[in-house]
Amino acid sequence: MLKIKQYIKAESLAQAYELNQKRNNRIIGGMLWLKMSNAQVQTAIDLSGLGLDRIEETEEECRIGCMVTLRELEMNQSLERLSGGIVRESVKNIVGVQFRNLATVGGSLFGRFGFSDVLTCFLAMDTYVELYQGGIIPLEEFAERKRDNDILVKVIVKKTPGKYVYLSHRNTKTDFPVLTAAVSCVYKNGGQEPCKQRNHKSADFECKDKQKMGYDIKVVVGARPAKAICLRVSEEWSDKLENRVCQTAEIEKLARELAEQVQTGTNMRAGAAYRSHLAEVLIKRGLLKIYGDIQGIGGDRHAD
Amino acid sequence: MQISLVLNGKKITEEITPDLLLIDFLRNHGCYSVKRGCETSNCGLCTVFLDKKPVLSCSVLTARTDGHAIDTLEGLQDEAKEFGAFIADQGAEQCGFCNPGMIMNAIALFRENADPTDEEIKEYLAGNLCRCSGYEGQLRGIRAFLEYKRQGGASCRQ
Repeated sequence: MLKIKQYIKAESLAQAYELNQKRNNRIIGGMLWLKMSNAQVQTAIDLSGLGLDRIEETEEECRIGCMVTLRELEMNQSLERLSGGIVRESVKNIVGVQFRNLATVGGSLFGRFGFSDVLTCFLAMDTYVELYQGGIIPLEEFAERKRDNDILVKVIVKKTPGKYVYLSHRNTKTDFPVLTAAVSCVYKNGGQEPCKQRNHKSADFECKDKQKMGYDIKVVVGARPAKAICLRVSEEWSDKLENRVCQTAEIEKLARELAEQVQTGTNMRAGAAYRSHLAEVLIKRGLLKIYGDIQGIGGDRHAD
Repeated sequence: MQISLVLNGKKITEEITPDLLLIDFLRNHGCYSVKRGCETSNCGLCTVFLDKKPVLSCSVLTARTDGHAIDTLEGLQDEAKEFGAFIADQGAEQCGFCNPGMIMNAIALFRENADPTDEEIKEYLAGNLCRCSGYEGQLRGIRAFLEYKRQGGASCRQ
């Protein structure tokens, strides 16, 4: 059972950071995971009074405060447009509305949990985290780091034009996922040039035909059950997808090659072999959807 | 530590321990509609409104509600009465253990979306588990209730 001796509502990030350097002190986010532990917390540090519960949109990015709830992510129209709906798709199966009104994006990402739908989703997008001491770093780099006593202040999602797909498999609704997968396809260099020419302000992908500049295709697989990993599709394969020379069988081959790089494990939800099979299936579905979006031909849902 | 909050419209100032969960605070104040079910933040039995949003009171520190408003089913009886009676008439009522959480979340759904689709109803109520009554009856009952409301609240009882 969680025990807390003292509760402090931080008045500044500096105060919260200083308090957080002590081993027995903890920052509380939504508190849903922490509550499940038997931790003996000396001081619970609450960030809820620091105005970090807002999503701010600029021309270049969405800046999400660490105390923004998963429900707010789900309902936010800017993120819906920017992500092509995958933010909502990734959180909608997380327990229920009441849970998502408490769970925070900061807590979900700082924990770098293996089961995290949120981590898988944001890794697929052009995402950075702002740390109080560590500055702004890519989420991918942050996900690889070990936990420390810094504070995740904001999540920054760049408005990089692209297409995104999010898929997960669950044994039952509202449970942890057995496997998650996300595929993103963005212009190389963030699509800066064509977007500038067209005064581009959102994640609209339509400028691609005006100027070919190549795609970066990223595949993220989470709940393996270890934490999510990112895989890059080679330039050769990206060119094939862009130049409309891919058959379904070739995409299946690419999915197989990528799935072979995903190390899976066994837990109470599924065995490693089953997860490896699922990885291939979900990656293939994601790639087919992305390929359909690029070519305008629609993915073949019956291919598997 | 001392906190002040508004519980069902009434201001309360009280000394609490830092790790007191909201569910225990509420039950200590006579709000017995708030039930402890799963203890894993999954079942929705302990649903209350925190600043009008449905949350799991088993997973909120009372300290965090300082300066905020909490509503339980005890404070929403007028709003809950019509829906509760209708759902009972439909044979879709859960027992008294799970029912308060389901009614609270259904009220939250109706406030947020007055005309939900079946998919939206299922998605919104996914966090309210019930091992006894199942979910089809509730979906049917909620559909019928919405139709009843659309017809002006009369003549549609089945």
